[in-house]
Amino acid sequence: MQHEAGAPFGAIRIGRIGWTLISLSTLLALWAIAAAIVQSRYLPDPLTVVEVMAREWQNGDLWRNIIATLIRVFFSFTIAIFVGSAIGLLLGRHPLADRFFDPWVSFFLNLPALVIIILCYIWFGLTEVAAVLAVAINKIPNVAVTMREGARSLSKDLIEMAQIYRFGWWKTLRHVTVPQLAPFFIAASRTGLSLVWKIVLVVEAFGRSDGVGYQLNIAFQLFDVPMILAYSLAFIAVVQLIELALLQPMITRTNRWRR
Amino acid sequence: MNSVLDVPTLQVNVARKVFPAVAGRAANHVLDAIAFDVEAGSFVAITGPSGGGKSTLLNIIAGLDRAFDGDIRFFDPNLNVAFVFQSPRLLPWRTVRENIALVLPPNDPRHANIDELLGRVGLADAAHAYPEMISLGMQRRAALARAFILEPDILLMDEPFVSLDDPTAQGLRQLLMELWSRRPTTVLFVTHDRQEAVMLASRVICLAGTPASVVQDEAVALEIGERVDRDKVRAEQNRIFGVV
Repeated sequence: MQHEAGAPFGAIRIGRIGWTLISLSTLLALWAIAAAIVQSRYLPDPLTVVEVMAREWQNGDLWRNIIATLIRVFFSFTIAIFVGSAIGLLLGRHPLADRFFDPWVSFFLNLPALVIIILCYIWFGLTEVAAVLAVAINKIPNVAVTMREGARSLSKDLIEMAQIYRFGWWKTLRHVTVPQLAPFFIAASRTGLSLVWKIVLVVEAFGRSDGVGYQLNIAFQLFDVPMILAYSLAFIAVVQLIELALLQPMITRTNRWRR
Repeated sequence: MNSVLDVPTLQVNVARKVFPAVAGRAANHVLDAIAFDVEAGSFVAITGPSGGGKSTLLNIIAGLDRAFDGDIRFFDPNLNVAFVFQSPRLLPWRTVRENIALVLPPNDPRHANIDELLGRVGLADAAHAYPEMISLGMQRRAALARAFILEPDILLMDEPFVSLDDPTAQGLRQLLMELWSRRPTTVLFVTHDRQEAVMLASRVICLAGTPASVVQDEAVALEIGERVDRDKVRAEQNRIFGVV
């Protein structure tokens, strides 16, 4: 027997939120049981973690660090999306440029994140600019590859229509090109966000003096597992919230014309 | 624009059109020595077998395809050109009304005509629907409205009523005649359907051969009133093309 989301479970119908709750509480319960069996300070029970979280919230460290991280995420994400889209569109529309730059794209795609971070810090110093740049450079090739696919799939029919009816470049971009690229843009944003916030933590651990990554590094040096889990869980919650509050409405809006 | 009636609106001269060889396929010589003038206000049907280069010719005239030998000369380079394509080519992410409004510059006085035109083509209720949610026939009417809102000096049409059932296609032809008689404009109408060509056009140009060239160029001797009469249309078709 299989139960799908929204399918009857016994006599009660369970919605999507219900399933999420059941799933997460099961995970929480497993964690609590494991912690009770192991009885080690390296695997604290959920309650201890919540206490640490509350303490960090009250002394203001939690928010200060999360906001510092979010600002870095915002800037590196924005830079990566804009630069990556521009490169992707260029490569998708101009086969000659694509042939020439394709090996570069492959090179940067396969360059380990750690290498980019280390080199940025060596070349530009342990600065905010180096940190944001390192994250952006990590993400740009992914965005470029996704947007290149989008640019390749642009409809020649609609471009001709825009040409005949003298749309001009701005009208064409806004009403013909961008709506066609929207699904690719959303795909790039989604994978972008999940990749960027992971790399930002590494960058912070290496060379910043605030942010979630910095805090995790301190906790690592002290083997302070409750602190590590408190920050991770708080950050996961914030990222999920951003996903639900910003990306989901954007997806719904761009899909409203579909049958 | 129609003040100098003796001067052709458009001079077509396509000496040669060859699609270059791509990926193993040989070069394709599609058009050869096609030259004709189009008088202002005339309705010219270009007919011939499917795949015979009619659409290629229309794309060349529209300026969408510039890789050919010859030249296309417009009497006035600022002429207002509209194109009704074989598929409606509406923007799926814009509503019917937005699709029509978009071909006009912002603040253009013709924006005030959109709703009346939508009513005339029977799309008043579908004004705010997205193209994918309405039928192909309705999409075609929206494409017609988009062309007519411009009050074009030249209207190019490429099999605009193909792949519709017969009553729907006939309804759209009548709609076209009505819009056209309300505001006469120079029309180039590509179709493989000879009956449709005779019914709508004041002149029929027939392309044939490989590469295609003009094999027939005749005026259609039908009054407006006679065009709705299927027997008269059939008789005129037989006069021009011979009895099949």
